[in-house]
Amino acid sequence: MNKNIRWKVITIVAVLVIFSGVGVYPILASYYRLPSPGWLQQKQLKLGLDLKGGVHLVLRVQTEDAVRLETDQAAERLREALRMRTIPVTSVATPSIAQIRVEGVPPAQEAAFREAAADLATNFDRSPGTNGSYTFTMKPNVQNQLRIDSVVQARQTIERRVNELGVAEPQIAEQGQNGDEILVQLPGVTDVQHAKEIIRSTGLLELKIVEGGPAQTREALMQNGQVPEGMDIVPGNADATGGGTVYYMVRKAAAVSGHDVTNARPAVDQNNLPAVSFTLSGEGARKFGTVTETNIGRRLAIILDNRVTSAPTIQSRITDNGQITGVTRDEVNDLSLILKSGALPAQLSYLEERTIGPSLGADSIRSGVTASVVGLMLIIAFMLIYYKLSGVNAIIALLFNLIILLGLMAYIGAVMTLPGIAGFVLTMGIGVDSNVLIFERIKEELEAQHGVRASINAGFDRVFWTLVDTHVSALIAALFLIQFGTGPIRGFAYTLIIGLASNLFTSIFVSKTLFELALGRRTHQQQQAATLSI
Amino acid sequence: MHIFTNPNYNFLRWRWHAVALSWVLILAGLSVIYTRGLAKGIEFAGGTSVIMQFDQTPSVEVVRDALNKNYPGGGQDAIVQTYGDPSLRQVMVRVPQVGAEQGAALSVRAQAIEQALQKAGLKPTVVGTEIVGPSVGEELTQKGLSAFVLSLVGILAYIAFRFEFSFAVGAVIATLHDVLVTFAFLAFFRYDLSLNVIAALLTVTGYSTNDTIVIFDRVRENMRKMRRDSLSEIINISINQTLGRTVITAGTALLSALALFFFGGEVLHGFAFTMIVGIVTGTYSSVFVAAAIVTFWRRSKPSKLSTATAAPVAASTTPAARKSKSQRKARAS
Repeated sequence: MNKNIRWKVITIVAVLVIFSGVGVYPILASYYRLPSPGWLQQKQLKLGLDLKGGVHLVLRVQTEDAVRLETDQAAERLREALRMRTIPVTSVATPSIAQIRVEGVPPAQEAAFREAAADLATNFDRSPGTNGSYTFTMKPNVQNQLRIDSVVQARQTIERRVNELGVAEPQIAEQGQNGDEILVQLPGVTDVQHAKEIIRSTGLLELKIVEGGPAQTREALMQNGQVPEGMDIVPGNADATGGGTVYYMVRKAAAVSGHDVTNARPAVDQNNLPAVSFTLSGEGARKFGTVTETNIGRRLAIILDNRVTSAPTIQSRITDNGQITGVTRDEVNDLSLILKSGALPAQLSYLEERTIGPSLGADSIRSGVTASVVGLMLIIAFMLIYYKLSGVNAIIALLFNLIILLGLMAYIGAVMTLPGIAGFVLTMGIGVDSNVLIFERIKEELEAQHGVRASINAGFDRVFWTLVDTHVSALIAALFLIQFGTGPIRGFAYTLIIGLASNLFTSIFVSKTLFELALGRRTHQQQQAATLSI
Repeated sequence: MHIFTNPNYNFLRWRWHAVALSWVLILAGLSVIYTRGLAKGIEFAGGTSVIMQFDQTPSVEVVRDALNKNYPGGGQDAIVQTYGDPSLRQVMVRVPQVGAEQGAALSVRAQAIEQALQKAGLKPTVVGTEIVGPSVGEELTQKGLSAFVLSLVGILAYIAFRFEFSFAVGAVIATLHDVLVTFAFLAFFRYDLSLNVIAALLTVTGYSTNDTIVIFDRVRENMRKMRRDSLSEIINISINQTLGRTVITAGTALLSALALFFFGGEVLHGFAFTMIVGIVTGTYSSVFVAAAIVTFWRRSKPSKLSTATAAPVAASTTPAARKSKSQRKARAS
C-alpha cells in the first residue's frame, strides 16, 4: 500500500470512528440501554416536537400596548405638571396611541407651558398648532425601541413562567417578520389549556384611586356620554366571590403597577377567603405610601388585567404590602406565579397552537424510520444490480454519508423532525447522484479505451467541478429554506445542508480512495489488463 | 450495464412539442386553480384541525352527522377524513377559521368538535390539535414566495457566474416551469398546500437546477472541444452523453420519494407527492426545456461566447454536421 493511500485510509477510518461515536452510538445506546458517558448523552440527536409530542404555540405581542401605555403615562405626567404650575388648559388628550394633544394653552403662559412640557421632549416631538394647541408625537425611534423592548420583556416573562411550571427543555424564541412573535415549545406538556392560560395572562396589576362608582352600567358613570378626561371605566366583580359585574371610574394613571411587585404568595384574607399577598419594591412602597396617605377614606381599586378584583377603602397609610381578594381558590397559585414572574408589557394573542400527542409522535417516528429503511434498501439494491462491484463502493460512500450526517446533526444539536427524516431519505436518493455521475463518466472513459486507472482518475477529475456546481446550487436553495422555515422545516433544511456537505466529502474522497485501494492490490501488469466491475 | 447504448436522440427537434406539452399542463393547472382554487393546508388557510383516536373507527358519515347535529353552526364546512394508517383508528376533523379570533377563543373550536362527537356517543381521544390564526397564512405565503424568488435569484447569479447568462436563464426558466407543473399536479390531485409541500417545492428547485447544471456542465466542456459545431449540435450531444446519468439519478431519487410516499405516513404524503412530481418534471425540463431556452435566448441575443463558437458554423448547421455526429461524439469523450 503506498503511503498516500495509507493516510487517506487513516483519515477515513478516523472520521468514521468519530462520527459514529458521536452520532450513531448514543442512539443505539439509548435504544438498547447501553452505558454511555454523560457528555455524549448531552450531544444526543434531539427529537423535534412533532416526533416527541408536546405543545407548540406562536404568540404575537401587541406592541401597540406598550406604546399606548407610555403615551398615557406621559400625558398624565403632563397634566400633573400643568396642575402644579397652575396653567389652565382646555384639554390634554391622546387621540392616537403615540400622540398627545393639548388644547387651549393661554397665550400669556406659553413659555411656562413649554417649560412644563420640557420633560416630554426626550421622547416626543412637539408641534404647535393654532389657538394655543400643541401636538406631541412620539419619536419613531422611541416607538421602535418600546416595541422591541416589550417583545424582549414578554419573552423573558414567558420564560420565567414556563420555568415556574417546570417544563423540561422548553424552547422560547422571538421570531416573525416584524419581530413581534414569540415561539413557545413545551415538549411533553399535555395540559395545553393550563399552560396557555399561565403564559397568556397579562398579569398586569394596577392600583388606582376610585373616582366614581360602583355603578351597574358603564353609561351611568359617563359625563355627557363621554368618559371624563384622564379617567377610565373599568369593570369589576360585584362581590367577593367574583360574581356579577359592576363598573368603577378610576384615574387612568396607576398609583402603583405590577412592575413594583417584588413578591407574591397565596394567602387568606380576614374572612378566611383565598387571597394573594404581594410585596412592593422600595420605590413602589414610597409611591404607594404617598398615594394612600393623601387618599385616606377613598377607595383603591385593585385591578388585574383590566378588571377590578376588589376596591377596598383606604384606612391608613400603606407602604409595602397589599392583598388581592376576590379570587377563587383555584386561581390563587397561578396568580401568585404570574405576579411573581412579572407582568407582560403588552397583551398577547395566539397565532398558532399545535398539540402533538405522544402517540401521534410515535407513529411519525415509526413511519419515518420505515420509509428510511425501505428507501435505503431500494437504493442499495438498485446500485448493486446496476453497478455490480462498483455499486458496493457507492453503498459504502452512502452509508458513510449517513453516519457523518447523523454525527454532525448530533454534534451541532440540530433537532430531528419528521420533515428532517424526509430530508434524510432524500439525501440518500439524491446523494448517490454524485456516485452515478462519477461512475457514468468512468464508463465513458473506459469505452474510449483509456485504461482502468486513467479512466478512474479522469472520471473523478472531470466530474469534480460539476459536483461543486450542483452542490452549491442546491445549497443556495437550502439556505433560503432555512430563512423561510419554522421548526420542522428548518430541521429539514439543516438535514439537506449537512447532507450536501458530507456527500461532497464521501463521493469524492471516500469513493476514490476505495477505488485506489481496490486497484492497489493489483500489480502494474494486472492493472494494464484489468477490467472494472462497473 | 447500460440503460442506453450510445444514445443519439435529437432532443432539440422535439423542443416545440415539449414547449406545447408544458404549456398545456401549466395552463390546465392554472385553470383548475383559477376555477376550483388551490386547496390550502391549515397553515395557510387558518382554522382548527383535531386528530382523534377511537376504539373503533367511526365512518366519516357518522362523524359528519355528529357535527351537523351538535357542532355550533353545523358541520357543512368541516373536512372529515380518516387519518394515517387504518390500524391507528384515527379521524381528522378540520373546520375553517371564522373571522378574526384571538386569544383563548382560538381553542374554542377544538373543544366544540370534541364535545360534538362526545354528545353523539362517540368516544374520541384527542391525540393532536392544530389551530392556526388568520394572519399566519399571509406571512407564510409572503415568506415562502420571497424564499423561492431569492433562491432563484441566487441560483441565477451563481450559474451566470460559473457559466454564462443564457445558461442561467435556461436553468431558472426550467426551474420555474417545474414549480408551475408541480402546482398543476397538486391542483389536479387536490393536495393541500402545506408547509411541507412548500419545503418539497423548494427542494425540487434545488434538484431541478442540479439536473440542469450537470447537462450544462457537459455543454461547457463540449464547447471547448467542439468549436466548429453549432450550439444546437453541442447541446444535443451533451444531453445524450449525460442521458444515462440523468435517468439513473432520477430513478434513485424517485425510489426514495416513493418510499416516503408509501411508508412515510400521513404527514409526509403531500411532501412525497410533490417530490415525485418534481423529480419527474425536473428531469423532463432539464432535458427538454433548459437547453431549448438557451438556444432561444442565444438566437435572439448573441453573446460573446456564441459569436466565438457557434456563430461561424451557425449558417451551415445541419445536414453536413448531422452526418458526422457519431464521429464527433467519439472525439468528445
